[in-house]
Amino acid sequence: MSLKVVIPAPLRKHTGGAEIVEIDAGNVQEVIDKLDARFPGIRSSVCDDSGSLRRFINIYVDGEDVRFLENLNTPTRDGVEVAIIPAISGGCGL
Amino acid sequence: MAVNKALEFKLEAVGCASTGNLANSVAANAAAAGLPSFILIPDSLEQNKIIATSIYGANLIAVRGNYDDVNRLCSQIADRHPWGFVNVNLRPYYAEGSKTFGFEIAEQLGWKVPDSIIVPMAGGALISKINKGLHELERIGLIDGPVSTRFYGAQAAGCNPIVAAVKRGSIDIRPVKPNTIARSLAIGNPADGYYAAGFIMKSGGTAEDVTDQEIRDGIQLLAETEGIFTETAGGVSVGVTQKLVQQGKIDRKGITVIAITGNGLKTPEAVQLQAPQVIDAKIDAFEELVKGAAYVA
Repeated sequence: MSLKVVIPAPLRKHTGGAEIVEIDAGNVQEVIDKLDARFPGIRSSVCDDSGSLRRFINIYVDGEDVRFLENLNTPTRDGVEVAIIPAISGGCGL
Repeated sequence: MAVNKALEFKLEAVGCASTGNLANSVAANAAAAGLPSFILIPDSLEQNKIIATSIYGANLIAVRGNYDDVNRLCSQIADRHPWGFVNVNLRPYYAEGSKTFGFEIAEQLGWKVPDSIIVPMAGGALISKINKGLHELERIGLIDGPVSTRFYGAQAAGCNPIVAAVKRGSIDIRPVKPNTIARSLAIGNPADGYYAAGFIMKSGGTAEDVTDQEIRDGIQLLAETEGIFTETAGGVSVGVTQKLVQQGKIDRKGITVIAITGNGLKTPEAVQLQAPQVIDAKIDAFEELVKGAAYVA
């Protein structure tokens, strides 16, 4: 039993190009921990030094933004889809 | 600009996630460029915005959910297909295109910059791009510097994550679930919100929000005093300007620009108007109707 993690194109350098990774995890934090154990370096792309989700990274559990749920403590039952999707923004520099 | 870049990059199609206005623009520009377009919108969008997109032959797809759901899906589509989504993988060019709003403001003021600008905010990109446009004009000598315009952000009370951040004195955006008639501004998790909040505070401006009724009142006020019929986003700008003037945060004597970003015919549902009075085609009937009016001799 496992859940499906959708890896965005900019992070696939960590996963050998894989778009979908299957993982066993009980919450989003555990998803990140287990991803990083398998693909070292992915955590620092998703979380800042304090371990919080980076400002321009969104994680969705079955389509719902975890910021509306329990953030990294959001539970993840078997069979759900966890999607990591970076926000695209910026370009304010003069 | 983004569609031209799509042609340059030899992309097979263009598209966007949109609350309506960008949908109209991308569909029209794609048609002119001879590119197929995939336009994704929330399923609750106003009918006239749908018409003004479909007419160009776009592949228009209504997604169940709000703009943030649409945007998430577009990010995933752009990952899989060799298409250019103007506000996803072509976003730098789309954002540069927004600078022309700043160019037009300076040009229409006789190559001057205003003291204050009130800008409606959805994703939050426009406000800092207007500033970028003004600074570029200063750099090439078309306007005198230094540019010291104060920027004021405007949102609906039913979707105000950037305003809330500014009022907290923070650049951290707390996403919200939108609930407002200003659907063109209904982005609960604004990608450029962090930049917009920081920039507003740095410019010496602030941010404010208005209720749906204040939005309707703003649309009416602009129409009756300036002869301009705006959609709901413009009603937000006008309503917020009124509030800020009343709060003494905008100098009444300075030059103030209110950004009106959409035509009112796109959101006729927002305004409730009386039906016209019907008369027979007889002069007596007309005279009877206008009898007693102040402007009738």
